[in-house]
Amino acid sequence: MPERDDTQSSMKFSRVTGQGGESCLLLTGNCTLSALGRRMSDLSDELTSYASDPHLHWDLTKIDQMDDAGAVLLWRSWGASRPEHLSVRPEQERLFSRLGKTPPLPSLPKKEPLWLVSRVGGGAILLWEHLTSIVILAGQLLLDMKYLMAHPARTPWREISANLFRTGAQALGITALVGFLIGVVLSYLSSKQLQMFGADIFIINILGMSIIRELGPMLAAILVAGRSGSSMTAQLGVMRVNEELDALTVMGIPHSLRLVLPKVIGLGIAMPLVVMWTSAIALMGGMVVAELQLGLSYQFFLSKLPDAVPLANLWLGLSKGVVCGMIIALIACHFGLRIRSDTESLGIGTTNSVVTAITVVIIIDAIFAVIFSDVGIR
Amino acid sequence: MTTSGVSVVEVEDLHTRFGNHVVHEDISLSVKRGEVLGLVGSSGSGKTVLLRQMLGLEIPSQGSVRIFGQSVHESDRNELQGIRNRCGVLFQRGALFSALSVFDNIALPMRELHTLAEPMIRDLVMLKLEMVEIDSQHANKMPAELSGGMIKRIALARAMALDPELLFLDEPTSGLDPVLSEGFVNLIQTLRRELTLTIVMATHDLDTLAALSDRVAVLADQRLLALGSLQEVITTRHPFITKFFLGDRGKKVLGSIGYIS
Repeated sequence: MPERDDTQSSMKFSRVTGQGGESCLLLTGNCTLSALGRRMSDLSDELTSYASDPHLHWDLTKIDQMDDAGAVLLWRSWGASRPEHLSVRPEQERLFSRLGKTPPLPSLPKKEPLWLVSRVGGGAILLWEHLTSIVILAGQLLLDMKYLMAHPARTPWREISANLFRTGAQALGITALVGFLIGVVLSYLSSKQLQMFGADIFIINILGMSIIRELGPMLAAILVAGRSGSSMTAQLGVMRVNEELDALTVMGIPHSLRLVLPKVIGLGIAMPLVVMWTSAIALMGGMVVAELQLGLSYQFFLSKLPDAVPLANLWLGLSKGVVCGMIIALIACHFGLRIRSDTESLGIGTTNSVVTAITVVIIIDAIFAVIFSDVGIR
Repeated sequence: MTTSGVSVVEVEDLHTRFGNHVVHEDISLSVKRGEVLGLVGSSGSGKTVLLRQMLGLEIPSQGSVRIFGQSVHESDRNELQGIRNRCGVLFQRGALFSALSVFDNIALPMRELHTLAEPMIRDLVMLKLEMVEIDSQHANKMPAELSGGMIKRIALARAMALDPELLFLDEPTSGLDPVLSEGFVNLIQTLRRELTLTIVMATHDLDTLAALSDRVAVLADQRLLALGSLQEVITTRHPFITKFFLGDRGKKVLGSIGYIS
């Protein structure tokens, strides 16, 4: 404990007999929060028992220092009113008169009886709000594109290229690592099964089809949704908290043109490239294991790949990338612009953005699977 | 208010460098128990950095800061907690926890003590709100619903939650209208009458500085230019001091309270 000087001595009280023969409680020492410390609850009981005697004279004039906590302690033990006989110093008087005026804490509004109905209804309305405002944002982007066709000089090239770098180039490391490992695992498990049937050669079909058509685009999309989606939402959210969005508005710079459009276009360009990269690395991982497990040489693997996987699958994977990229950026921006200027809303907004983006990416994949069920499959 | 000889804050031989950028060079000062020290300096002179170093939020490149006789950068956890419970801090923009209501913001330091019962905390919080003249109806609001001036006053109520002996104020009156900032000055003066309160205050506001400070420390050119009462400080010859205290505005403020003719 830090060394305290002598003025920090805690409060003491003694019963004395006053000049008029009345019984008197004399309080001395410090009646402050730091001086009372852990004695607070014991003192409270003791003082309350003294306060039950209405004829007791309370003498606080010998107290060295009294702060709010000390005053509240005494006030509560008196039952929130002054005792009949009380002598105080003027500054203590001010404290107690302030305590007497303090209003109670207003109670929180009660839960309404139909809270379940209002929760469900509120949720449905919120969902509708999200849907309409995403559609409005997408429509605004289309209008912005039309505007940019007419005024190409206004295109925010710098922002687009910055987004390309952040969401594309800087994502190469993590997507390569995850892609490679998934390729290794997939290839290892499949080759074990195929060996049982002596169908080793089909490892090329399995890896090629699953990675190029499904896994590559999905892995890339989910990683990018988590990585870039969250950072876009947080960036817009912090701009809201800092009033930067308002500053842009008063300068007459529309949010959609300068902030949302570059992100959507940037990710729309970066995503298919990231998909191609992830697929290639995942195939490489699979190829390494196929060589180790089944003894398929790299040259053989690569030369057989075009026969096993029709080219349409590659285009399908890349177009999934474009669509997912633009949708991820759109969702991230939508949630980012909805954030209100407090930190809690920032956290909730970012979480919602990532969860929604990943869910929507998987839904898009399912839609692609249904629509293009005849394409690229022999 | 009497000031006794005990030093509450001691800064010794303090140097601060960020890379090649020198912020402070050889700064030494001490704040006595019960006094109000005003820290002034042009923007970028390192007032806030010095304040943050006193709070233990930043570590100086060289030198030491002691609060209640203990180093804030070398004490162990318990000692540091002891120091922190005796200090209150008002940050420039309030720094209210936006996830907590006004009531919970002020109650948080009290609850963290684990020595106060909840009904007592309730009374204390309402008393603090009353002290900073915030209506009780705002107690359940969130900080995002409040105006800047209210945030400042609630932040002061939170800084005063544990009835600290030492109070750090970073730009206490910036963002307050003149009436509120006068109210703020009165509030601090009242508090000083009731309690032995030591205050370190960084400010730009000459009115507040003149009304509250017992001594003024002037930071400029990386150094402590002057340290003393306002009358002593304004006699120092330096372009910053001349501009700050004896410019048009300074003359008006200091002239009106009789410091200069």
